[in-house]
Amino acid sequence: MIALLVRDLKLSFRAGGGFGLGLAFFLIVTVLVPFGVGPQSELLSRIAPGILWLGALLACLLSLDRILALDWEDGSLDLLATSPLPLEGAVSVKALAHWVTTGLPLTLASPLFALLLSLPPAGYPWLVISLLLGTPALSVIGTFGAALTVGVKRGGLLMSLLVLPLYVPTLIFGAELARRGAEGQATLTPLLMLAGISFGVIALLPFASALVLRVNLR
Amino acid sequence: MMPELGKYAAEVMSAYAASLFLLIAMVLLSVRSARKARAELAAAEARKNG
Amino acid sequence: MGSIWEYANPVKFSRTATLLLPWVSILAAISLVTGLVWGFFFTPEDFRQGSTVKIIYLHVPSALMAINVWFMMLVTSLIWLIRRHHVSVLAAKAAAPVGVIMTLIALATGAIWGQPMWGTWWVWDPRLTAFLILFLFYLGYIALWEAIDNPDTAADLTSVLCIVGSVFALLSRYAVNFWNQGLHQGASVMRAGAVTGADTQEKVSNIFFYPLLLCIIGFVLLFVALVFLRTRTEIHKRRTKALLARERLG
Repeated sequence: MIALLVRDLKLSFRAGGGFGLGLAFFLIVTVLVPFGVGPQSELLSRIAPGILWLGALLACLLSLDRILALDWEDGSLDLLATSPLPLEGAVSVKALAHWVTTGLPLTLASPLFALLLSLPPAGYPWLVISLLLGTPALSVIGTFGAALTVGVKRGGLLMSLLVLPLYVPTLIFGAELARRGAEGQATLTPLLMLAGISFGVIALLPFASALVLRVNLR
Repeated sequence: MMPELGKYAAEVMSAYAASLFLLIAMVLLSVRSARKARAELAAAEARKNG
Repeated sequence: MGSIWEYANPVKFSRTATLLLPWVSILAAISLVTGLVWGFFFTPEDFRQGSTVKIIYLHVPSALMAINVWFMMLVTSLIWLIRRHHVSVLAAKAAAPVGVIMTLIALATGAIWGQPMWGTWWVWDPRLTAFLILFLFYLGYIALWEAIDNPDTAADLTSVLCIVGSVFALLSRYAVNFWNQGLHQGASVMRAGAVTGADTQEKVSNIFFYPLLLCIIGFVLLFVALVFLRTRTEIHKRRTKALLARERLG
């Protein structure tokens, strides 16, 4: 399992592996938003939590097809499926690798980007907490979407159509948590809901992902 | 026979028109594809048997 | 009458569907036409909403169906995954486009109704938002069917998507509820006190209720007829495909 994690991480850090692309995309979204809505900092600070969450979500989405597609093409997925490691474990590890290479850097970099959008000071810890709790769910749900569409050629657009509706609850509670934190309101309810969704998804969805992956490998 | 719809006539009529259009289109499309599938199956069966 | 599983046999299903189809269609047409004509021509105007209240005869049944069609797809998908009956998953496939149309009607009539009543076509009200999300789920489900060639793989994948999607659709419903309190009134038709008049505030009075009930029955029957017809179509397509494949081999 750890060998698989190390292998996936190495692959993504290598040239052309896509590490850093997500961050760059996140940066570009953050830079483009003020061009779209205007430079007034009071407006930007109001919408900053939502924009940052959307940017993180889209950056996650863009890198999803890398989770499984390459392994599908060169046949290493078949090897994984026949290895003693249960497929549920393998997809969990793959989701974890995806999170380490996209979700975690996005979370760590988000305060810098929040600076660009003049997020109120009270919002910084809540933004980081919400992303830290929410991005693992994004990775796990994304792995499910990638497993569903792995057999489809040029399935990127289809995967977005399938995955984005599944992201709705995470986005709502995550952005709401960051917004309430920034505006100094009570944050307990969205915090608990976001944590509940994340842990529930991490615990249950790998079974569905492994199931559809087995169907696709049949 | 037309009931007096008052100032909201346009809204009511367009709601009915849009819904009936969608329902009828759905039914017609379903019937057409059913006919087509049936004819194709009949042709294939005929070739098999004959 | 044997057990319900006998109808999992495609031939038996086709025969029964062909037998029942005209009757269900006629009943659906009768109740739908009667309900709509009754509602449109012979009910008074609401004292607050004016004639727009007549939109209820389309809005409420289509909204009910939009949710229940998804629920039916969930059940038939589960049956497919557990008992591997092809008819079951084909029924889910056949029902999905009907669900899309129902959701569209509910959204369109709601927008047209909302314009004069709330002064806007669209608000990000939890109910409205939830229906929009449901619409996206339908689209994703149909797109996945279209994208995969192998019929059994497609059936398995769409069934899992339907089940996972149901959980997330439910989660989204509560999430949007939390995210925004709405303008939309509560579900006034199916509430216990609505018909008996225990609560006078938002009850649907009897004058409106009976034609509405007829419309709901009409929508349900129309859906049943369409599912019979469309499932049979899918069975025919499968059989044609199998015959053609055999021809090519032989």
